[in-house]
Amino acid sequence: MKVTLQHLTKTYPSRNKKQPQEVVAVNDFTFEIPDGKLIGLLGPSGCGKSTTLNLLSGLQKPTGGRIFFGDDDVTDLPPEHRGVGLVFQNYALYPHLTVKQNITFPLENRKGKDKLTRQQMSDMALEAAKLVQIDTLMDRKPSELSGGQQQRVAIARALVKMPRVLLLDEPLSNLDARLRLQTREEIRRIQRSTGITTVFVTHDQEEAMSISDLIVVMKDGVVQQTGRPQEVYDSPANLFVAKFLGNPPINVFDGSVKGQVLYIGEEAVLEVPGVEDQSVTAAVRPEGFVLSDTGALTCSLTGVEVMGRDISVISTHPNSRNAAIRSIIAAENAVRDAETVRFDLKKNKVFLFRREDGARILF
Amino acid sequence: MEKNNPKGWLYLLPAAAFLGFFLVYPLLDVFVYSLEEGYNFASQTYWGVGSYNYAYVLHDPYFLQALKNTFILVIITVPLSTGLALLISLGLSSIGKLRELYQTVYFLPYVTNTLAVGLVFMILFKQTPYTDGLANLILSRFGLGPVDFIGGPYWAKMFVLCFYTVWVVMPFKILILTGALASVDQTYYNAAKVDGTGRLRTFTRITLPMISPSLFYLVITGFIGAFKAYSDAVALFGTDLNAAGMNTIVGYIYDMLYGDSGGYPSYASAAAMLLFAIVLTITCINLLVSKKHVHY
Repeated sequence: MKVTLQHLTKTYPSRNKKQPQEVVAVNDFTFEIPDGKLIGLLGPSGCGKSTTLNLLSGLQKPTGGRIFFGDDDVTDLPPEHRGVGLVFQNYALYPHLTVKQNITFPLENRKGKDKLTRQQMSDMALEAAKLVQIDTLMDRKPSELSGGQQQRVAIARALVKMPRVLLLDEPLSNLDARLRLQTREEIRRIQRSTGITTVFVTHDQEEAMSISDLIVVMKDGVVQQTGRPQEVYDSPANLFVAKFLGNPPINVFDGSVKGQVLYIGEEAVLEVPGVEDQSVTAAVRPEGFVLSDTGALTCSLTGVEVMGRDISVISTHPNSRNAAIRSIIAAENAVRDAETVRFDLKKNKVFLFRREDGARILF
Repeated sequence: MEKNNPKGWLYLLPAAAFLGFFLVYPLLDVFVYSLEEGYNFASQTYWGVGSYNYAYVLHDPYFLQALKNTFILVIITVPLSTGLALLISLGLSSIGKLRELYQTVYFLPYVTNTLAVGLVFMILFKQTPYTDGLANLILSRFGLGPVDFIGGPYWAKMFVLCFYTVWVVMPFKILILTGALASVDQTYYNAAKVDGTGRLRTFTRITLPMISPSLFYLVITGFIGAFKAYSDAVALFGTDLNAAGMNTIVGYIYDMLYGDSGGYPSYASAAAMLLFAIVLTITCINLLVSKKHVHY
C-alpha cells in the first residue's frame, strides 16, 4: 500500500494566553511512501514525528493537508476504518488478558459479515504469533513476559488484522541494548516477510539508519531531508541533519573560504573549488580524518581510545565547536606520543554549510 | 531477605499489642459473653454456659425484624450506590469544562454532617400539620399520595432509608472511581480505538477490568458498611427504632446494651457474634468471586 502525505499540517492552539501563538507540530509535510517499504521517521524529541504517526493512524486529525492510502483519501476516516496496525511505545498490552486474548482482541471487534468464528480467530492469532515467534507463550499474561516478548506480542496484535499500513512508535526504546539490536533485525524480517508498508518513529539515528529503506529527518515539525539512509548520511542537506546522523557525531569547525580554499584557523586544510569567499561552518565525519605527519590540520592531542579494529583519536582545536574532536582511524596507524596530532581531510567526508542558516554549500 | 528475624517482630510489636488489646481481646471477650447464660452486669455472675443466648436472639421478633431490614438495606444500597457512582464517575471523566464544579458538588455530601443531612431529608419526606413535605408535593403532581414516609407504611420508610444511605455513601465511591478511571492509561483506549473497538466493548473489556480493584474495594467496604448501618436509621426515625420497625442489627445490639430495654450484654454479644459471622461469610464470598473477576 502506497502512502501519500500532501501538505500535512498539524497545529495546536497555544495554552499560554499571553502568547497566543499556535504551536506547529507538523508543518507542510509532503512525502510519498512507496509500497512495501520500511520508513524511519527520525528526529529529536518534540520534532513532530509522533504527531505524524498519530495523524497516519487517525488518532489525531490534521489541521491541513491530505493523507492517501493507495488511492483512498483517508484524511477524514476514523482510525478503525483505516486499516492501520499501531504498536505503541509502551506496547499497551491489556494486562488482564492473556497473550492469545490480546492478539485476538482486534479480531473480536469485527461485526456483521466480517465476523469470524472462534476457530478462525484462533488460527489467525496463531499464525501472527508464529510470525513473531511467540506461539509457545499464548497462555501467559503480559506481566509474565520479558520486554522483548511483550514487544513481539504488540507487533502480533497489530499484524493479526492484516493492516494496510503498520505503524511503530519508538518500538525499541524500552528494550536494553542487546535486545534492541536483535529486535530491530526482527522487525526488518517481519516487515520483509509480510511486505506491509511500515512507518516507524525513532529518535535513535543508528536504529533508523540500520533497518530503514528510507529515512525522513524532522526538526521542529519541518522535514529536513528524505532519502535512503546512506544517501542522507553521505550528503546531508543542512547542518542539523549532518549533526543528527552518525555516531560518533560529526565534528563541526568554524572556518572560512578564501580563494577556493577552506581555512580552519590559519591553516588551509582543503581545496573547495567553486565556493565563494565567505565564513562557513565546516563539518568533518570522524572517518574523514587521515593521520599524517605533514597533515594540514593541527590539533592538540588529548587521548586515544583503542577499540580493536579502529582507534579513536580525541583531540581539541580552538575553532572546533565540539568539546572534543573524535576521529576514527584504522588501528594499524599508531599515534605517536606527542602534544599535537596532524590530519589530512578526506574530501568526500567534509561538508560546508552557510554560517548564517546552516544550508549546505556544495563543492 | 532474612526470614524470622527477631527484630522484625519487635517492629510489629506496638501495632500488634494495640490491635490485640483493643480488637482481638474484645472480640474473644464478646464470644465468651455470648456463651454465658443469665449474665448479670452488676454482680458479674452467670448461671451457666450454653447456646441459650443465641436461641433467644434468633427467636426475638425485634432481632428478626432488624435482620430483615439490614439485609434489604444491604441488597438494595450496595449495588445501587456502586452502580450509580460508576455512572456518575464515567460522566465526570468524559466532560471537560465544568468537571471540577461537578466533582465538588458530588463530593459535598461526604463532608456534610449526618444530622444536617437528616434534617434535609425530614424536610423532603416528613409530614407535619402544615405540609406533606416536598416528596409528597411532587407525588401529588402525578396524582399520587400523600404517603407518610417517616411514620407510615414499611416500604415507604425503607425507601427513605435506602435513598438516604445511597445518597450518603455515594460521594466517597465517586471519589475513588473517578481516581481509578483517571489512572487508566490513555494508550489502552487509543489501542482499542485503532482496533475498532466499540464503546460498550471498550468499557466492558478494558475499563471495567482496569478499575476492578477499586470497584472490588468499594463493594467489600460497601457490604461491611451497610451491615453496620445504624446512625442513618437514627437520623431519620429517631432512637426508638424497634417501635418504628426500622431497627438494624447494630441498632439491636445497642438497644440490648444501653437502650430502654437494655442491660443484656449476653444477648447483645450473641447478636454481635451473629453479625460477625454474616459479615465474615459475605466477605469470603466476595473474595472468592473476586479471584476470577478482579485484575490487579
